[in-house]
Amino acid sequence: MQTLEQLIAVAPVFAGLAPDHLGLIAGCGRNTHVDPGTFLLREGDPANRFFLIRRGAVSLEVHAPGRASLRIETLGAGEVVGWSWLFEPFRWQLDGRAIELCELIEFDGACLRGKCDIDHELGYQLMRRFARNIVDRLQATRLQLLDVYGDAPARV
Amino acid sequence: MVPAPFELVAKRQDTADTWTLELMSRSGVPLAFSPGQFTMISAAGTGEVPISISGDPTAPERLVHTVRAVGLATEAICAAEPGSRLSVRGPFGRPWPVEQVHGADVVIAAGGIGLAPLRPAILSLLARRERYGRLVLLYGGRAPDQLLYTDELDAWAERGMDVLVTVDSAGPEWLGHVGVVTRLVRRAALRPANAVAMSCGPEVMMRFTVAALRRVGIGAERLYASMERNMQCGIGHCGHCQLGPTLVCRDGPVYRWDELEPWLAIREL
Repeated sequence: MQTLEQLIAVAPVFAGLAPDHLGLIAGCGRNTHVDPGTFLLREGDPANRFFLIRRGAVSLEVHAPGRASLRIETLGAGEVVGWSWLFEPFRWQLDGRAIELCELIEFDGACLRGKCDIDHELGYQLMRRFARNIVDRLQATRLQLLDVYGDAPARV
Repeated sequence: MVPAPFELVAKRQDTADTWTLELMSRSGVPLAFSPGQFTMISAAGTGEVPISISGDPTAPERLVHTVRAVGLATEAICAAEPGSRLSVRGPFGRPWPVEQVHGADVVIAAGGIGLAPLRPAILSLLARRERYGRLVLLYGGRAPDQLLYTDELDAWAERGMDVLVTVDSAGPEWLGHVGVVTRLVRRAALRPANAVAMSCGPEVMMRFTVAALRRVGIGAERLYASMERNMQCGIGHCGHCQLGPTLVCRDGPVYRWDELEPWLAIREL
């Protein structure tokens, strides 16, 4: 059976971290699982945790009054759900809903922020990795906004 | 160069604006082709358009094209009914390197109607499944109702291809992946050292997809893309489809990415 440290070491977001930093991060995490339909995040709620998906899929959604929820993105195994625990005002900006049975590692965001305040190298390494993750998702969102499969110009 | 008469024998609507047409040569001589090649096709009274062949290369007696109605010529082609006559020239162009990549993992990265020119490659790969390593299809579309060949995707998976599909937007009834096709690259957990990728779709999509494939370690010399320009003669004479020093109808439409990359960086091309 793998330890939490071994499990998180293979996740892209934590790849290459020093063993002592992995230990500190693992100290704020626990294994959990949720059924399909479970909300991991609710827009506006306090953001004091985040998740690493080990198995399953989570849908990020925006609630719009009078309409069905708008699905923004699906996250799968190896991906991180939740950044808002890193930034004030520590409130979720989106809904996050399991759409499959999910095996997750849940991290206590306040616990990890506290460790980053004490160990700035951990904070820097973690921030670099989350920034990379955020940039990748921003690039994907830009491509999504381009609507590249939209109506092609009439050519002939 | 002379158009040959073909008869439309079957027609299926794939999406709101896209149809798959099956044609048979009136001469009775099948049009043999390689995956990735295209023909110049026209309905009576309208201009010719280059359309990739989307059928099975091992069954060339039926010439299959998937056509999106986006202009006068393609609207006329899509409006044709079984029994109608269409004119066809070809096949033209350089094909996908299906025969050159035996033993490799093959990644097919398609966006929107870009799956159509890749379908013959997929059928060829699956027909000789044992000759290849892992086969992966990364397919992105605008919305669930705009995905092509949805009745075949499961069959391809059953025949040994990992099929990952995503759409840019969807309602809550869609249980599949939402997000752009580039986001599937990491999810596919590819083995870059042994992988070859073939991509087709809008040019912007291909640029981003190739960038994502290169980030996971697939070299430019193992990446192929199918380009679209204003192909007219189909045989490299008229020059309308020039891309840098190449002509897409003759030197493409399939290019290796390291051949293509310098020219894509020049915005005026």
